[in-house]
Amino acid sequence: MSNSYTSDILKPFKLKTKQQELLIRVSILCLVYILAFITRLFSVLRYESMIHEFDPYFNYRTTLYLTQHGFYDFWNWFDYESWYPLGRIVGGTLYPGLMVTAALIYRLLHFLRFAVHIREVCVLTAPFFASNTTLVAYFFGKEIWDSGAGLVAAILIAVCPGYISRSVAGSYDNEGVAIFALLFTFYLFVKAVNTGSLAWGLASAFGYFYMVSAWGGYVFIINLIPLYVLVLLITGRYSMRLYVAYNCLYILGMLLAMQIRFVGFQHVQSGEHMAAMGVFFLMQVFYFLDWVKHMLSDTKLFQEFLRITVTCAVAVGGIALGVGMASGYISPWTGRFYSLLDPTYAKDHIPIIASVSEHQPTAWSSFMFDFHILLFLFPAGLYFCFKRLSDATIFIVMYGLTSMYFAGVMVRLILVATPAVCLISAIAVSATVKNLTVLLRSKTKVAQIGSTKGTSSAKASSKASLDQSQPFQKNGAMALLFGAFYLLSRYATHCTWVTSEAYSSPSIVLAARGAHGNRVIFDDYREAYFWLRQNTPLDAKVMSWWDYGYQITAMGNRTVIVDNNTWNNTHIATVGRAMSSYEDEAYEIIRSLDVDYVLVVFGGVTGYSSDDINKFLWMVRIGGGVFPVIKEPDYLVNGEYRVDKGAAPKMLNCLMYKLSYYRFGEMMTEYGKPPGYDRARGVEIGNKDIKLEHLEEAFTTSNWIVRIYKVKPPNNRW
Amino acid sequence: MEARIRARVNLALTFFALLFFVAGSSPPRQFVISNAERRIDLSSHIINVHLTLKVENAGTRPASEVVLALTPTEVDHLAMVDASAIKGKRKKTTSLRLEVKPTELPDAPPIDTKYFTIYLANPLNSGESTTLEVLYVFTHFLEPFPAEIAQSESQLVFYHDTALILSPYHIKQQTTFIKTPSTKVESFIRMEPTNRVGTEIKYGPYEDRPPYSISPIHVHFENNSPFAVVEELVQEIEISHWGNIQVTEHYKLIHAGARHKGVFSRVDYQSRQSSNGASSFRYVRIVYLLARLPPRVHSVYYRGEIGNISSSHLRTDSLKSELQIEPRYPLFGGWKATFVIGYGLPLQDFLFESSDDKRYLNFTFGCPLIGMVVDKLTIKVVLPEGSTDPSPVVPFPVEHHLEAKYSSLDVVGRTVVVLEKKNFVPMHNSHFQVYYSFKPIFMLAESLMLASAFFMLFVACVAYIHIDLSVRK
Repeated sequence: MSNSYTSDILKPFKLKTKQQELLIRVSILCLVYILAFITRLFSVLRYESMIHEFDPYFNYRTTLYLTQHGFYDFWNWFDYESWYPLGRIVGGTLYPGLMVTAALIYRLLHFLRFAVHIREVCVLTAPFFASNTTLVAYFFGKEIWDSGAGLVAAILIAVCPGYISRSVAGSYDNEGVAIFALLFTFYLFVKAVNTGSLAWGLASAFGYFYMVSAWGGYVFIINLIPLYVLVLLITGRYSMRLYVAYNCLYILGMLLAMQIRFVGFQHVQSGEHMAAMGVFFLMQVFYFLDWVKHMLSDTKLFQEFLRITVTCAVAVGGIALGVGMASGYISPWTGRFYSLLDPTYAKDHIPIIASVSEHQPTAWSSFMFDFHILLFLFPAGLYFCFKRLSDATIFIVMYGLTSMYFAGVMVRLILVATPAVCLISAIAVSATVKNLTVLLRSKTKVAQIGSTKGTSSAKASSKASLDQSQPFQKNGAMALLFGAFYLLSRYATHCTWVTSEAYSSPSIVLAARGAHGNRVIFDDYREAYFWLRQNTPLDAKVMSWWDYGYQITAMGNRTVIVDNNTWNNTHIATVGRAMSSYEDEAYEIIRSLDVDYVLVVFGGVTGYSSDDINKFLWMVRIGGGVFPVIKEPDYLVNGEYRVDKGAAPKMLNCLMYKLSYYRFGEMMTEYGKPPGYDRARGVEIGNKDIKLEHLEEAFTTSNWIVRIYKVKPPNNRW
Repeated sequence: MEARIRARVNLALTFFALLFFVAGSSPPRQFVISNAERRIDLSSHIINVHLTLKVENAGTRPASEVVLALTPTEVDHLAMVDASAIKGKRKKTTSLRLEVKPTELPDAPPIDTKYFTIYLANPLNSGESTTLEVLYVFTHFLEPFPAEIAQSESQLVFYHDTALILSPYHIKQQTTFIKTPSTKVESFIRMEPTNRVGTEIKYGPYEDRPPYSISPIHVHFENNSPFAVVEELVQEIEISHWGNIQVTEHYKLIHAGARHKGVFSRVDYQSRQSSNGASSFRYVRIVYLLARLPPRVHSVYYRGEIGNISSSHLRTDSLKSELQIEPRYPLFGGWKATFVIGYGLPLQDFLFESSDDKRYLNFTFGCPLIGMVVDKLTIKVVLPEGSTDPSPVVPFPVEHHLEAKYSSLDVVGRTVVVLEKKNFVPMHNSHFQVYYSFKPIFMLAESLMLASAFFMLFVACVAYIHIDLSVRK
């Protein structure tokens, strides 16, 4: 009696299978959304809510300016504090997408009466967008394969180290929002191609606009999509849907992108964007031909017409390109673009690009580190994609293959490849697991096999084989399923481990293990920057190697000579030249640059290896690239770089050496080693008696990591 | 240097003016000071002057207003003046605090002299005498000379004063003791009889000095205590009736001693520090600061403008909590540092209900850092949203006004009582109260708001699922 009563009550709450499936799907997505966010919070828990590394400090500083002064002031901001004496037109030389996004979130939160600091918003922007990316990955996966693949893709991308490396909390960089924008644009475009709907095309144009406003990597989109369209055209998959999607994206996207000052008219003027334009015209030719074909009934006549039009079109296009290049209207490809196509180009021609560690070619180990099992699932996924070719799978295959190539060229582009790798791997996982479970389940219902519809060939073939060898199949499928889950769980542990160990260090604060296993914090960078901020004149000019420029302006609030925006090679070379000259020569350069303080980073006491002495050869190379007085062999002994007694005389007396090792010879760094033992390089230094004539020590941090010198005024002549 | 000259000129001017007007003036001559003893403590940069006056009514009528005189330079640096009457003999003395107010004397002779009046509890009859104890606290009064010193030099400072006590009354006998922090005294001006023993210089006794007589002196001595000065302290006390008081303190700290000159050498700094022990050599710098916080303090943080500062230690026991903090770098003369300390406190320790159905916050007015001069202290008491008619009760005069603040989920804003005090010294530390009315129903406002927002969200979801907006069926 009571039993039936309760069941009556519960009846409306009982879910149908479809509703259950929806509920599970939505809850999985919610969990993945949260997981993607919290797995990126390691850095906040280990350290604190702070901005990481180098470039994010510039982004943070500009965001702060944006929230304090409003958009128009930000857009017209001339920054006197960087690139002294040149300055920087900030509004015209940055991608504002990230800052505007963070400022909008900040405004929204304040409108909803949440009193948060802009720094917290900046710190959490990247994890928030990573969460959003998982949603996009789900929808993308659903679009190209099925909702199962979408779910797997969302899970894989939520924890994939390749993406986490650039989106942990505090890593407030363009890539944080750009990967979201990239994937979103691709998704909308694929959706537009699949549906042929103008609305989706429009949405993809806006997605592209957001991407352009956020990151220079938009060039990848504007080259990949034309390539994809070209492949579709060649494989005879031209359709009205494609025509609508591409034209809408190209025309609107181009017009919108021109609103970003930093991009300007590059879409019509730069060589990197010409492929998109060429494909655009090709589309028109195709459309025209289609129309003519429709009008002409005679195929022979049409073939003739086709030949003439294609030849004319190609000829006109070639001539236009040639004239454009020759007249200088179309700019040639930039060095960065060349170095992507030819990995050795930067090393020979642009040392400043080659000097950045994240521009180095990728090692196999870092592929393994960042992708783990995805590296093996990727080819499997490609196999599944080829088995079920459609417009969407062709797109993801092309995206995967091109981005994998670029990931091999440059370490940092692993990031771009990650979504594609995750999606393709998700297809592999989803398809495999689905096939296996179908095997397992259909075995119990042998009688019903005939009734289930074999939509995909994979299913059909599995069923066909099922009937032949049932006992093995069942066990095999079970084993494989367990194997797959084991692999996936290994992937999850690996990702968590990598995130917590490798990618959650802010690199401003260094942590090490002390003698008793306790955690030692080296907070020297902030100590030095804060000292600059509090105890130097407001208009003091600080010279340092360009790596630290953004940090000095953001945290020290002082003018710098060069910073991480490496647009002026000569200026950087001048600083490199000053660092690698003798002190009196350097003093002339320093005086001419109107420098008040010189800042060097030195790891000899703590054993911190990425200091200025280890970067010094790049200063020599970059300086020597512009000023041939500086010659790299002068600093080497038999091609070997050393700082001990056997070092080259020029090395022992150049400014960088003197500033790094000034009075270091009196210092005992390690028990049982002579004074002046450099722990970063493991040698006793060669010049312990360093006298400074034109500079004086102004501040050295407690672990000697940052040393600041004051430039003395010139002596009186009498 | 310039300030020193100005101070001297001022003193000299006063002196001459005094000489001129001595004869013709007519101050309230009712009192005569039969004995005056002054003890000046120069051991830190907060100068305490204890003045013991034996005042005798030499007039005919009973009088209750005793006037103190100070030079303008002294008044500029005066942080507080406090007077009490001593009753009883020898060991059984009791002191009674008296009211002191700045006054203007209409017929006072010298143009620049500033006056304070002590109001005696009972008028002093003709011929009677009483003993008064006056405490002056001066800040920024020691002048470093040389004004710039190198890293390992010790800090020498000038102290300017007069050997004779400036007073509108005739002083029959007076003595001044000046206590220096160490025996290292470079120079001092003698005015016989003057005697120096150990760390103490004794001026006097001088007999029968007429009103307004002064005699400028200076002492040039070594003072190696760091002159830690908080240029500005903003303390925000936010009350939440859910059980917490959140205190946030923004400090602007400066070492106001002799300015650091030339090189800062880390080698010297580290080697002297480690090898020679603490006492044998001391740099004049600020390394540690100690903050005394209330007991049961929780979630303490210590941050700079650019992030956490990891060098701090918190010790708590049942009576007090001590937070030892270290600025990012040692502060040499003229170096600055800004930082923020924040902590939470249990509400029941500080918030009480008064008899007239009002609530009041009882909190310490002061700077938790020990031994600090605070040039400008601003206390902001952020009352909960919905509280009305706030009224502060502070034991000494402060400026106050009201502000509004929007914290999380605030709609109308919170009332903020702002109290401002200039030139604050640790002797000011005392309790103050802020009374206000508050209806408990306002406590639920924010939680109801959140609940309704979520409710609306779910309703919207349900509606979205059930409503079919498509045009075609």
